[in-house]
Amino acid sequence: MTQTTRTIEARLSQIVRASHGRLVAVLASRSRDIAAAEDCVAEAYRLALEKWPIIGLPDNPEGWLMTVARNRMADRQKSHFNRTSTSLHDDNGEVMEIAVPANQETENVPDERLKLMFACAHPAIDETIRAPLIMQTVLGMEAAEIAKLFLVPTATMAQRLVRAKTKIRDAGIPFSIPDRTLWPERLEAVLEAIYGAYSAGLDDIAEITEDRGVEALFLADLLAVLLPEEAEALGLAALICFSASRAEAKLDAQGNFVPLDAQDPALWNSHFIARGAQCLSRAETLRAIGRFQLEAAIQSVHSDRRRSGVTNWQAIARLYEGLVALYPTSGVMVARAYAVSKNAGAKAGLKALHQIPADILAEFQPAQACLAALLAEAGDVAGAVTAYVKAISLSQDEQTRNYLRSLLDALPRPRSVA
Amino acid sequence: MRYTLMLYSNEADFADLPPEFIEEQLQVFGAYIGALQEAGVFVDTDWLQPTMTATTISMRGGSKMVQDGPFAETKEQLGGFFVIDVPDLDAALHWAERCPAAQYGLIEVRASAMPAGQM
Repeated sequence: MTQTTRTIEARLSQIVRASHGRLVAVLASRSRDIAAAEDCVAEAYRLALEKWPIIGLPDNPEGWLMTVARNRMADRQKSHFNRTSTSLHDDNGEVMEIAVPANQETENVPDERLKLMFACAHPAIDETIRAPLIMQTVLGMEAAEIAKLFLVPTATMAQRLVRAKTKIRDAGIPFSIPDRTLWPERLEAVLEAIYGAYSAGLDDIAEITEDRGVEALFLADLLAVLLPEEAEALGLAALICFSASRAEAKLDAQGNFVPLDAQDPALWNSHFIARGAQCLSRAETLRAIGRFQLEAAIQSVHSDRRRSGVTNWQAIARLYEGLVALYPTSGVMVARAYAVSKNAGAKAGLKALHQIPADILAEFQPAQACLAALLAEAGDVAGAVTAYVKAISLSQDEQTRNYLRSLLDALPRPRSVA
Repeated sequence: MRYTLMLYSNEADFADLPPEFIEEQLQVFGAYIGALQEAGVFVDTDWLQPTMTATTISMRGGSKMVQDGPFAETKEQLGGFFVIDVPDLDAALHWAERCPAAQYGLIEVRASAMPAGQM
C-alpha cells in the first residue's frame, strides 16, 4: 500500500464518520429508502478509494461523494441497467469530470440528519432497534459492530435493521421534523436513542480507542448544532462531552477498569470538559430542566475535581435527589445510593439502595456491586462477600468481572489457604 | 400514499345495543367521514356485519373449502375500515387517532402496497 493510498484511506474514514449521516439522509429523504441510500453511499466510498489516489483528494470531498451517490441513486430509480456506469466512466474507464457543488450545498442541510433521526426513532419503530438504527444510518457503523455492542448475533441484528428500514420505506414513515406539539414524545425517543447509541457504543469500557472521543464529540456537536433551543439536547451533548473527557483515564496501563473516584483527573481531557460546561450552561439558560441536564450537572461536579482536587458529594447527592424524582430508573437509584453514602455515610447509602425493589436489587449487577461496597464500608464483610460474588456472576464483560474480583480479594477476611 | 385503517374491536361489547346508541354512532362516524372529505383525504369506508355472519372460502390446495364463520376466532375482530390518501404515516396516524373507533377498539394502520398507477 502506498503512502498516498494510506493517507486517502485515513482521510476517507474521517469523511465517512462526519458525512455518512448527511449523505444517507439527503439521499433517502425523498424515497425514504435508507437501504438503497446506504448502498449508493457505499458505492461512492468504494469509487473514492479507487479514484482519489489517482485524481487526488477533491476540493470538496463530501460534495464529490454526494454527487456520485446521488447519480447512483438516480440510476437505480430509473432502473436502466445500461446506464449504471456511464455517469462516471468514459470508455477508457477514466473518471469523467464530476460536477461537484460548492461546499455550502451539503453543509447547509444539517436538518436532513435530524429528519433521519426522527424517522429512526419514530414511535412506529420498535423501541429496541431505534438506537442501533441511528448508529448505523447516522454514524455509519456496521451491523456486526452494533451487534457486538448489543450482545446479539450479527445475523439477528442485521435482520432487525433491514426490517426496520423496510418498515420506514413501506409504511411511509416521514423524514420530517414533527410538529412542535409532538416533540415531547418524539424528541425524547431521539435523545434516548442517541444516548443508547452513545452508551452502548462509545462508552464501552472494553472498546476504547482514540476514535471514540472523536465520535462522541461528533454526536454532541450534532445535537448542539441541530437543536440549539432544546435544553435536553444540549444537556445530552454536555453529558457526552463530560463522559468522553474520561476515556483516557478509565483504563490503567494494564487495561484494567478504573472507577471514576480512583481516576487521575490530570488524565481527563480539559477540552471536552470545557465543551461540556459550555453546552450545559447554554442549556441552563433555556430554563427547562430535564433528565440529561441533571445527569450532565452531576458529571460537571465530578469534573470539577480536576480543578479543586475534591469531589463535592453534597452537591452530587442533591442533584441525584432531583434526578430520582424525575427519572427513577434502577441505574439512577444505585448511583444515588452511592452518592448518599459518600455524603452521609454507608448506613444512609444502604437505606437509599434498599428503596430499589428487592427483586431488581437481587438481579442488577451495579446494585449488587454497590451493595457490596457499602456493606464492606459498614463493616459487614460476610454480606459484602456474598454481594460481590453475586455481582461477579451478573457481570457480562471480563473487565468488570476482574475489577469486582480485585475488590473482593481486597476485603479484610481470614483467607483460607488451599 | 394510500393507507387503510382497519378497525378492530371486541364484538361482545356491541351485542344487543339499544337503537339510540347505533343512531348516535352513525352520527359520530358521519361527522368523521365529513371531516375526512373536507380535508380531501377520504377514499372509502365500510362498516361490517359481525363475524357470526361471516363466511370463509378458500381454493387453496386445489379444492374449494367453504366455512361458516371467520377464519380465526379472536377476541378483537375486524369491524370496519377506512381508506385514506395522505402524505405519510404521521398524517395517517393523525387521522386514525381521531377515528371514533379508536375510543373503544384498536386501529391497525397499513400503507398500500399497490404500485402507483394501478388503481
